[in-house]
Amino acid sequence: MSDHNEQHHIVPKSVYFAVFITLIAMTWVTAWVSTVDLGRLNIFVALSIAIFKASLVILFFMHVKYGTKLTKFTVLAGLYWLVLLLFIAMCDLWTRGWMGVPGR
Amino acid sequence: MITASPPVKETKNYLNHERGIKSWLLTGDHKRIAILYLISVTLFFALGGVFASLIRLELSTPAGDLLESNQYNKVFTMHGILMVFFFLIPSIPATLGNFLIPMMIGAKDLAFPKINLLSWYIYVVGGIFTLYVLLTGGVDTGWTFYTPFSTSYSNGYVIAAGLGIFINGFSSILTGLNFIVTIHRMRAPGLTWFRLPLFVWAHYATSAIMILGTPVVAVTLFLVVLERGFHIGFFDPAYGGDPVLFQHLFWFYSHPAVYIMILPSMGVISEVISTFSSKKPFGYTFIAFSSVAIAVFGFLVWGHHLFVAGQSIYAGLVFSILSYVVAIPSAIKVFNWAATMYKGKVRLETPMLYALGFIGLFTVGGLTGIFLSSLGMDVHLTDTYFVVAHFHYVMVGGALLGYLCGIHFWWPKIFGRMYSQVWSKVSAVLVFVGFNLTFFPQFLLGYMGMPRRYHVYPPEFQVFNVLSSAGASVLALGLILPAIYLTWSLKHGEIASENPWGATGLEWQTASPPIMENFEVTPVVTTEAYDYSTQQEVVHVG
Repeated sequence: MSDHNEQHHIVPKSVYFAVFITLIAMTWVTAWVSTVDLGRLNIFVALSIAIFKASLVILFFMHVKYGTKLTKFTVLAGLYWLVLLLFIAMCDLWTRGWMGVPGR
Repeated sequence: MITASPPVKETKNYLNHERGIKSWLLTGDHKRIAILYLISVTLFFALGGVFASLIRLELSTPAGDLLESNQYNKVFTMHGILMVFFFLIPSIPATLGNFLIPMMIGAKDLAFPKINLLSWYIYVVGGIFTLYVLLTGGVDTGWTFYTPFSTSYSNGYVIAAGLGIFINGFSSILTGLNFIVTIHRMRAPGLTWFRLPLFVWAHYATSAIMILGTPVVAVTLFLVVLERGFHIGFFDPAYGGDPVLFQHLFWFYSHPAVYIMILPSMGVISEVISTFSSKKPFGYTFIAFSSVAIAVFGFLVWGHHLFVAGQSIYAGLVFSILSYVVAIPSAIKVFNWAATMYKGKVRLETPMLYALGFIGLFTVGGLTGIFLSSLGMDVHLTDTYFVVAHFHYVMVGGALLGYLCGIHFWWPKIFGRMYSQVWSKVSAVLVFVGFNLTFFPQFLLGYMGMPRRYHVYPPEFQVFNVLSSAGASVLALGLILPAIYLTWSLKHGEIASENPWGATGLEWQTASPPIMENFEVTPVVTTEAYDYSTQQEVVHVG
């Protein structure tokens, strides 16, 4: 019923190598940047590098870049749910002090 | 009365296709894997039931005369862990879902048969971890593993229990993944989305929750293990963590987990009500989309478990309103089931009795949920027996009755034998009466202020506790009976026809029990779901 004639995209080895080298390089950057005190930016820089690396893995190693719309939708649904969890939980944290009651 | 029946003619089916224990343990057949799950979840249910009995025995008197307080903590924790993670969550999807989804969509198997078998093995390994906890001294945190108690103070085997549930989570994820891919890719020719049985829609929505939510609880419990084992700070303020964060993460999954339990039951009830009313479900599209709506909205209400936990009052306000909203799709289903029966040819066979029981109990459970999602009311009722009664009405009255309903409905298809109609009806009535006698007094106890998770209580609460324990005995009898007559039916039951209830799904158009490949030829669907106009007269009459 739902058979689509999908063509499996053959990814050149060079792309895999390039992604691999980038991941290694970014790991090195992560280690290096941890030795630099950026104050409040520390966490943002570390997370940005981690998100960039995760995106590379999802897009190239997991073939999402070459996947069907349904595959991309599935991945986006997962990301959306993660944002939902983090955003709503943070809403609690951000508004706890509004009442002026200790502890809330 | 059922008299001695001739042995089943040895036609080839999935039960006798291959013989020997190895053929079962290495099977890729979804029907056999469903049977493996059926046996496993029944064992865990029985074990969870033993702990429930201990709780009710202890609470028969105000004094703590059967169990020490530490023992009592461990008993209710093991009851909760076994029942929630090893029975209620896998019960319908892993047994009936596994067995029926490929058949309902006209497929030979699930999309990934080996992953299906793997999910059962993972479930077993997770279960063994949990049994190890049980045998080596238990865990006393409650099934919710709240921090900082679980990470810093508990003297139970938190790490092993957490790992057991972590492992078990992967079984759930793989099952959900398998269902989603199967429903998308393996439907028979002509079987469009809006010709799918509502059971399939319910499982589709359930699978989405399994995939999106389970990783969160698995990771959360893993963080508990890391904090307890290696003192890495996530939840304990002493290490720079936030205990309320644990509750956010835990309930992000565990509230939708209630819908993992209840949505498949709702799928069962939709099938059964339609069949035994010989009518297409009223508002098919609404019921189908309400399953999806429950799955989506169910993810937005977790904060109602945190009203008194130090959560912001503003967050509480939003969660309270959203919790009211999630009642709407549930109510749509209940009204539509009632409308389906209206002017239908209602037959009160055993599955229908369970379905009617489900509607009553789930409605009470759902409406008392509205009490608890009200901010002010919840302050009074939090952590009282009112909450215990509420979630048992939803999870036992809803999920367990749905499971029993489904087992009785599809038993003739699964094993090719009928069971005793008299005893099964007696059992359905006993379960309904016993359940209400067990849990309705707990609403009153909670309203009067009896807290949950205490084994000693003031004498004025005894009368309701004795009523509750008496009800538990009736309920236990009602649950033991099916174990007897269903087992008996495997050898001595009347031989079932292909379609003993006069139902319409594809699964009823093949042999009972089905052949290994489900269908001789791939069916082609040309009509809408639940088309009773072409249905022949019911073959089996109770």
